[in-house]
Amino acid sequence: MKKEGKIQVWQDYQKEIADDHYFYVRSCIRQNFFPGSEQTFLKILRKELGKDIYENPHHTSCSGIGYHSDIVPFDTIQTIVARQFALMTEAGYQNIAVSCITSFGIYNEIIETWKEYPAELEKVRNFLKKATGREFEVPQNVAHASDIVYKFREDIATHGKFRLINHKTGKPLKVVEHIGCHYSKMFPCKGVGGAEFPYVLAGMIEAWGGEVIDYPERRHCCGFGFRQYLIMSNRGYSVSNSRKKFESMEPYKPDFIVSNCPGCPMFLDRWQYVIEEMEGKTFGPDGQGIPVLTYEEMAGLVLGYNPWDMGMQMHQTNVEPLLDKMGIQYDPELKYANKEGKQIGHPTMVRCGC
Amino acid sequence: MKHIVIIGGGIAGIETASALTDAGHWVTLIEKDAQIGGKLNNWSNLFPNFTPVEKITDELKEKCRRKDFSILTNTEVNSVLRNKDKFSINTSDNQQLEADAIVVATGYELFDARRKEEYGYKIYDHVITSADLEQLFKSGEKLTVAAGKIPKRIAFVHCVGSRDEKSGNHYCSKVCCITGVKQAIELKKHLPDAEIFCFYMDLRMYGKHFEELYREAQEKYDIQFIRGRLSEASEKIDKSLLIKAEDTLSGRPLKMNVDLLVLLIGMEAGKGTAAAATSCSIGCEESGFLQTADSFLQSNISMQDGIFLAGSCTAPMTVNDTVLHARSAAQEVNNYLQKTR
Repeated sequence: MKKEGKIQVWQDYQKEIADDHYFYVRSCIRQNFFPGSEQTFLKILRKELGKDIYENPHHTSCSGIGYHSDIVPFDTIQTIVARQFALMTEAGYQNIAVSCITSFGIYNEIIETWKEYPAELEKVRNFLKKATGREFEVPQNVAHASDIVYKFREDIATHGKFRLINHKTGKPLKVVEHIGCHYSKMFPCKGVGGAEFPYVLAGMIEAWGGEVIDYPERRHCCGFGFRQYLIMSNRGYSVSNSRKKFESMEPYKPDFIVSNCPGCPMFLDRWQYVIEEMEGKTFGPDGQGIPVLTYEEMAGLVLGYNPWDMGMQMHQTNVEPLLDKMGIQYDPELKYANKEGKQIGHPTMVRCGC
Repeated sequence: MKHIVIIGGGIAGIETASALTDAGHWVTLIEKDAQIGGKLNNWSNLFPNFTPVEKITDELKEKCRRKDFSILTNTEVNSVLRNKDKFSINTSDNQQLEADAIVVATGYELFDARRKEEYGYKIYDHVITSADLEQLFKSGEKLTVAAGKIPKRIAFVHCVGSRDEKSGNHYCSKVCCITGVKQAIELKKHLPDAEIFCFYMDLRMYGKHFEELYREAQEKYDIQFIRGRLSEASEKIDKSLLIKAEDTLSGRPLKMNVDLLVLLIGMEAGKGTAAAATSCSIGCEESGFLQTADSFLQSNISMQDGIFLAGSCTAPMTVNDTVLHARSAAQEVNNYLQKTR
C-alpha cells in the first residue's frame, strides 16, 4: 500500500469547514446508543477550543430514517429540514454542525436539490411559512461534527494528555476507521478525503499517534442499512454484514474501531456480542472483542476525560483493554455508578470480552 | 513552394509530413517531446498479430530521415495568427514560422487511472495499467508480485475511463477491448500456469482479425471472459487483491482474489489537443476531441479554413486508422493548396 497515492486522493477532496459559530443539530438515536458522545463534542468545542456552538432544544429529528425507509415523503422531509434551518436563522447562525451522518447526507441532498431545482426551494419556503410562519436561510457551511474535530485535530493533540500509543510497547495503536455510508458515498466532495479513501477519521488517528488499518472490507456497510435492521426478518443480514467486516479486519489485530456514524458503532459494538453468543467467536485477542468508539470518545480519551463520564460503560464490547493499552487510569468500581457514586446495577447480558 | 506546419510528431504527424513532402511541399513538424513517434514509443507489440512496435516506429523514423522535412522537437506552439491565407506561428522557443496551412496531429493522452479511485491505482502495490504492462513487456523484466512470487491469478478490467459517466467519458476508446485480449494472451504465454480473467461490459471486436483473436484467447489460451464491471478492489494483508463485481450473465455478485489487476485505460483528448484547439481557434466536441466539419466526407477538415486534422486528436483510433486518416489529411491539404495557388 502506497501512502503517497492516498495523500493525492486526500488532496483532491478538501472541503471548507467553518472556523467558529456553529448551530448544532443532534442525532435522534445517538443519545441512546452512546449517550456521552454529543456532550463530549460540545465540551471539547466550548472548553478546549473556545468555540461558539449553540443548540436549540426545539429542533427535531430530520426524519431521515423514515425517509430512507420510504415512510416520509420528500416534500415532508424538505419542510422538516427547512424548519431546522429556520431555527438556525432565528438564532443568528449561518454554519450548521451535524451530529448524525444520515442527517448530514439529508441536509446535503436537500441543499443540492434546491441548487439544482430552485422551484423546490420556493415550494418548501411556502410550505414552512404556511405551516409554522417561519422563514429561513440556507446554511453557508454544512459540516459534520467529525469534520470539525478533524479541523481542530492538531489543537486537540496539543491539549491532549494521552496519545493513541501502547504505553507499554511505545508502538502506535492499530485503528480501524469506519466511515458512515452517507458521509461521502452520495457526495464525495462533501467529505474530507472523498468516498473511496476518506481522511476525516484517519487524519485524527494520525494526528493523535495511531496507525490506520486499511483492510479489504473497509468500504463495506456496517450492517445497519436501515431496512436490514428496521425490518426484523432482515436482521440476520445485518449481523452477517458486520461479521464480514470483523473477519476481514481480524488478521490486522486492530486495537479498536472508531466510527463517525450513529448506527455503525452501535452495530459493530453490539453485533460482536451477538456473534459471541451465537458462535462463541470473538475477534480480539484472548477471547476479547474489539472495542468500538465514537470519534468524540476517541478525542475525549486523548484529552484525558473520564471514560465513565463519557458513557463508555454503555458499550457492549468492553473498552477496558484499550484503556489499559493507552495507560488511562480508571476505577472499575465506578463503571456502573451514578454521579453520586451509587451503584446503578450491572447489565445482565455482558459476558467475558464482549 | 508552400509551407505546412504540422503540430504533433506521432504517427499521424509523421505520416502526414511524409505524404506532403512526397507531394512537393515544404513541411515543418513540431513535437513537444524530445523524440518523435508519440505514444507508440512506449508500446511493445501491436494487436491483432503481435507485430513488434519497432517495425512501425523504425519505418516512420526512416521516413523522417529519408524525406526532407524539418523537425522541431522539445517545442510547443504558443500562438497561431491568421493573416488572410497565411498563418504566423509562434513557438515556445520564440521562433516565428509562416505557413500556408496547418495540420493538427496532437494525438491523445492516456486516461489517468487514479481517477477511478475505487481500483486503487498508485495506492495498491499490484494494480497496474495496460500501458504499465506494455512497458514491462518492452523491458523484458520478469513479472512478479508480493515477495517475488509469480502471479497465479490475474484480472483485466476493460473500459477504465471509457464509456463511463463517472469519469466524464461517454465515448468508447476503441482499442482497449482488443488490447486486453492481446495482453491476456501475451501474459498467458509468459505465465502458462496463471489463470486469467477479463471483466468486460461488452467486447467490441470490430476490426480485421479481432474476433478471431478473441476466439483464440478462449479456446487456445483458456482466458475467462466475465461480463461485469468491477465495483471495487481492495488490498489484502498479503498484498493480493480482493475484487468485487457482478457477473451479469449469471446475475450474481462475484468476489475473487487476484495477484495482479490490469486496468485497460482509455484515450482522452488531452492537454495538447485542448491547447491546439485554443491556439488555432478550432472547436472541440463534448468529448474534448477536435470537431470535424463532417463525420463522413470531411473528417480531416476543421472549423477553420486552412487548418486540417489528422489522427486521434479527432477521436480514438487504432494505428491502422491513424495512418489512413493522416494520408487523407495530406490529400485534403494538397487539394486546398492547389485551390489557393
